[in-house]
Amino acid sequence: MADEKFDTIVIGAGPSGNACAYTLAKRGLKVLQLERGEYPGSKNVQGAILYADALETIIPDFRKDAPLERHIIEQRIWMMDDRSYCGAHYRSEDFNEEQPNRYTIIRAPFDKWFSRKVAAAGALVICETTVLELVRDADGKVIGVRTDRDGDPIYADVVVMAEGVSGLVGARAGLRPVPKPDTVALAVKEMHFLPKETIEARFNLKGDEGVVIEAAGTITKGMTGTGFIYTNKECISIGIGCLISDFAETGQTPYGLLDSFKSHPSVKPLLAGSEVKEYAAHMIPEGGYKAIPQLYGDGWLIVGDAGQFVNAVHREGSNLAMTTGRLAAETILELKSRHAPLTAANLASYKKRLDESFVMKDLKKYRNLPGTLHNKHLFTTYPQLLSKAAQTWFRVDGIDKKSKEEAIVHSFFKARSLKGILGDAIGMVRAWR
Amino acid sequence: MSAEPAVRVEDKLFQNRYLVDAGRPHITVTPHEVPSPRLLSLTKVCPAGCYAQSDTGQVEITTDGCVECGTCRVIAEPTGEITWNYPRGGFGVLFKFG
Ligand SMILES: Cc1cc2nc3c(=O)[nH]c(=O)nc-3n(C[C@H](O)[C@H](O)[C@H](O)COP(=O)(O)OP(=O)(O)OC[C@H]3O[C@@H](n4cnc5c(N)ncnc54)[C@H](O)[C@@H]3O)c2cc1C
Ligand code: SF4
Repeated sequence: MADEKFDTIVIGAGPSGNACAYTLAKRGLKVLQLERGEYPGSKNVQGAILYADALETIIPDFRKDAPLERHIIEQRIWMMDDRSYCGAHYRSEDFNEEQPNRYTIIRAPFDKWFSRKVAAAGALVICETTVLELVRDADGKVIGVRTDRDGDPIYADVVVMAEGVSGLVGARAGLRPVPKPDTVALAVKEMHFLPKETIEARFNLKGDEGVVIEAAGTITKGMTGTGFIYTNKECISIGIGCLISDFAETGQTPYGLLDSFKSHPSVKPLLAGSEVKEYAAHMIPEGGYKAIPQLYGDGWLIVGDAGQFVNAVHREGSNLAMTTGRLAAETILELKSRHAPLTAANLASYKKRLDESFVMKDLKKYRNLPGTLHNKHLFTTYPQLLSKAAQTWFRVDGIDKKSKEEAIVHSFFKARSLKGILGDAIGMVRAWR
Repeated sequence: MSAEPAVRVEDKLFQNRYLVDAGRPHITVTPHEVPSPRLLSLTKVCPAGCYAQSDTGQVEITTDGCVECGTCRVIAEPTGEITWNYPRGGFGVLFKFG
């Protein structure tokens, strides 16, 4: 391989790397994709919700053979205190459509499937190979990579770093910083197996219909974070994640947090009798727009989680990964087609493509939200107040409704002053706009 | 605090598959006499419970159960208190589901 030169080397076979390598190989470029896992997916963790649109743009007929679990017909959002949840549920028959918009998936089989498509499109995919460092010429231009397979460099016109949230290779090369503890979350997750019929009965489903639950509140014990419960065909994915800086500060253990989420009185019955077959942990970029590093340079591009492309509000990551991977590929294809060198100046059009897409528009919209969410009242005081308010309202106990209303309002101001509530509300509204 | 039963992370890791690269740990703790609060926090934050305090007070690591999340790197690599690398290609955790 040493004397061979590739058009592009892609580091990593997650959704961003696969989208990039597939798009390039499909159009005839000579692509080498390197993955450190024994098989693609063996190192990867996701909830996981797949947003069809991003994949459909790349592989229009993916529904034919992709390993999809359930199409999502119901979304539940829970605000929890220790004994209750208050929620919004949205379920619609419209989601039982010909080409559903959201599916649950399981990452290991999904990544394997995507990788087979990449190989079929003509890319050379090599697993069990960790990229150790970038190789640069005297001017600092990236011209290839060095792996742990043998010491020889492998050369390419451009290297795409699709290496995930850790961004080790890029950071070692000094092209980007190491993520900061307050811009990344740590999530832990378990797979709980149950018979298909049991899942369908517990979640009010038929066939391949699915439900997903996003949960926030006292389950994160004052830390900035959320939990999730997703239905797959024959198992339930349950997980919880919080900012790493919060974990470090509070000394809460991630597995302890997961187990107390699992034993919440509203959650426990959903999992009863299940067999746990895996425990996984992974980081999630949470810094949003302001944490995005430099994304291109002489002979290199960054895509997916490595570029911090996660919309934490809407729990979108894999779709941003696939879209940024595709846009990087389109940038390379365009430059190659007019024999333009892959310099920083020319690769800057990748950033332009990103700015024009929903990826940057969405991240920009929420650029101030990560800071606003570092507010422990959002995860403790408010869920507790909400629960108390709901309980006051629903209990029939001989107290007149006017007094109940007053008691509810009073409870809010007592727990968090008028100034506090207004401050939180204004902060939220500003960050949301 | 309410008395919650202690969660044993070993029981969780027991379900997972690994190909351990025996004798080649991919993470090391820099020798120290007294651990910093940052280093000590790893004994709680690591989701696989890889870090523990020895009888003499130092923080030590056993990487066999590591799920390669990178959390300890984000916390303690920039200060030089640990060194962090991926395992060699093919080694380490093998998620069946992920
Ligand atoms: C618990 C959890 C729940 C989530 N839920 C959702 C969800 O429901 N929906 C959603 O859209 N997103 C979700 N996300 C986010 C989503 O998983 C990520 O955004 C997505 O996986 C990013 O894709 P990627 O290709 O950029 O990175 P990754 O999927 O991390 O892929 C990176 C790949 O590169 C390989 N690699 C890294 N370094 C090297 C190296 N040096 N040499 C060789 N190979 C290397 C890795 O092994 C890996 O295969 C979730 C994330 C987590 C952790
Ligand atoms: S990478 Fe994650 S699992 Fe491995 S030792 Fe560090 S914190 Fe623990």
